[in-house]
Amino acid sequence: MITLDINGKTHELDIPQDMPLLYALRNQVGLNGAKYGCGLGQCGACTVLVNDKPVFSCLTPCGALEGKSVRTVESLGSADKPGPLQKAFIDEQAAQCGYCIAGMIVRAQALLEANPHPDDDTIRRHMAPNLCRCGTHVRILAAIKSVIAQGAKV
Amino acid sequence: MKRKTIIGAVLALGVVGAGFALWMMWRPEIAAVSPPQSAGRESLDRGRRIVEAGDCAVCHTRPGGDYMAGGLPLITPFGTLFTTNITPDRETGIGKWSLPAFERAMREGIARDGHFLYPAFPYVHYRKLSDADIADAYAFLMSVDPVKYTAPDNHMVFPMNFRALVSFWNLLFLHGDPLEPLPDRSAQWNRGRYLVEGAGHCSSCHSPLNLIGGEKSSELFNGGIVDGWTAPSLRGMAEAQHPWNETQLVAYLTGKVAEDHGAAAGPMLPVSLSIAQLPAEDAQAIAHYILDLKQSSSVATSPPCPPVANSTAKALPGASLFDGACASCHGAAAPMRAIESRPALASTSAVMADSPRNLIQTVLQGIPMSTSDSSHYMPGFADSLDDTHLAAIAEYLRNESCPTRPWTDLDKTIKSIRAQE
Repeated sequence: MITLDINGKTHELDIPQDMPLLYALRNQVGLNGAKYGCGLGQCGACTVLVNDKPVFSCLTPCGALEGKSVRTVESLGSADKPGPLQKAFIDEQAAQCGYCIAGMIVRAQALLEANPHPDDDTIRRHMAPNLCRCGTHVRILAAIKSVIAQGAKV
Repeated sequence: MKRKTIIGAVLALGVVGAGFALWMMWRPEIAAVSPPQSAGRESLDRGRRIVEAGDCAVCHTRPGGDYMAGGLPLITPFGTLFTTNITPDRETGIGKWSLPAFERAMREGIARDGHFLYPAFPYVHYRKLSDADIADAYAFLMSVDPVKYTAPDNHMVFPMNFRALVSFWNLLFLHGDPLEPLPDRSAQWNRGRYLVEGAGHCSSCHSPLNLIGGEKSSELFNGGIVDGWTAPSLRGMAEAQHPWNETQLVAYLTGKVAEDHGAAAGPMLPVSLSIAQLPAEDAQAIAHYILDLKQSSSVATSPPCPPVANSTAKALPGASLFDGACASCHGAAAPMRAIESRPALASTSAVMADSPRNLIQTVLQGIPMSTSDSSHYMPGFADSLDDTHLAAIAEYLRNESCPTRPWTDLDKTIKSIRAQE
């Protein structure tokens, strides 16, 4: 049994130690926000927060997560009540196919929690590990910057 | 009478001492010049290669900064230095430098205005360059885009903030003229020696340093530690238990994956990307020369790791962590392993090494995307694995590779590397 703290709730899961967190989130816990992209830590679609830091959940074994807090995009708001970043991504129409967006929002969340007023260069460097095959990076940056400009608490 | 003699003697000694100090510590300014005429295409091409061979941009370009504009912090035991702007900007760069001023800096470590440069700038090696190579390097640097940028002030500890003291350091370590080819060695060997000991300044990192930051001449190429990474010994590589051949070393040196060994990471990655810009013969000459460096008799070599028939590693707690975090690229069946004969981690230099340092550094920081054709990118795990997990994975890999000599300093090494982050 592995005990995982996910979005503030404790889950007792009967899974092997080596199961990547992404699989447990999607298959055991039913949180489908984080996506499987490459499975190699190269695309960022699976990004979640572990102890407030963005990590690739496809390469994070559940056995390494006891006592840590995991947060996914679902913790940031819902379709009815989107959080500030989620709302900004909608307003800026940052999603095209949308596959990368959960990871993008979560990585941006980590940045704004640690640094509410990053400059453009800092945003670009921080977001670099997450890829968007549709090429909506400009809108993604615009969405992040609009949250910064509003001064909204993420 | 007697007192006057003593006073006279003291005064005379003072004058002689002051004269000596002045002679030691004062260097004249070399007059500013107008921008030189652009050199010919061939000279610029040659100069670009020398600048790549000398890794100038590795230090003189800060992350995200303009090419050669400086500003990269170099953390030394004596404080932090910031590299200077060597673009031809007339106010903040070297735009007013004549060729003689540039040559003096390269050979003696003196700036145009006469101040002493710190030996983090490897003039003890660059002085071995030929006149023609220095002239071509100068022509190339004068052709790059001038950038107005002044690096932050250095933070050197007292008394090292007093630059003129470098004159005494130079007395100890600044010697050797341009290298004369050895007639009994091949042209390739001599070319390799010229690149390794001159522009490449390999021993700056790959030799232990003494207390005042000079390379220990008796232990040249025996390996050192730089930026928290092991710069391994360059000696005896051809005869090691897990030997290198020229093809493998050329691949490694040019930013590619060396079959059976691995690829450059950490501070060596930008160096390998520089060497990749050189003509193939130069990388081959460097590899040829390095593989000829024999193990020095004064160094105790580690006993070999006998091959193990039935590894017990699978039973270790690190095995499942490896499966979850590493195996999708490094597992025996991973598709990534099929590219470029990427080796099993157990046979890489990082896992075969006596110290776990480079393995830990690579796992924590990963390997950044580079501009080379086949980037051997790896994500960092600093935020997803904590110290006990790192230690477990390292213990597991080491056990697969060398179970008779486990790493005994894992926890300490991990803590010290984390503390430097």
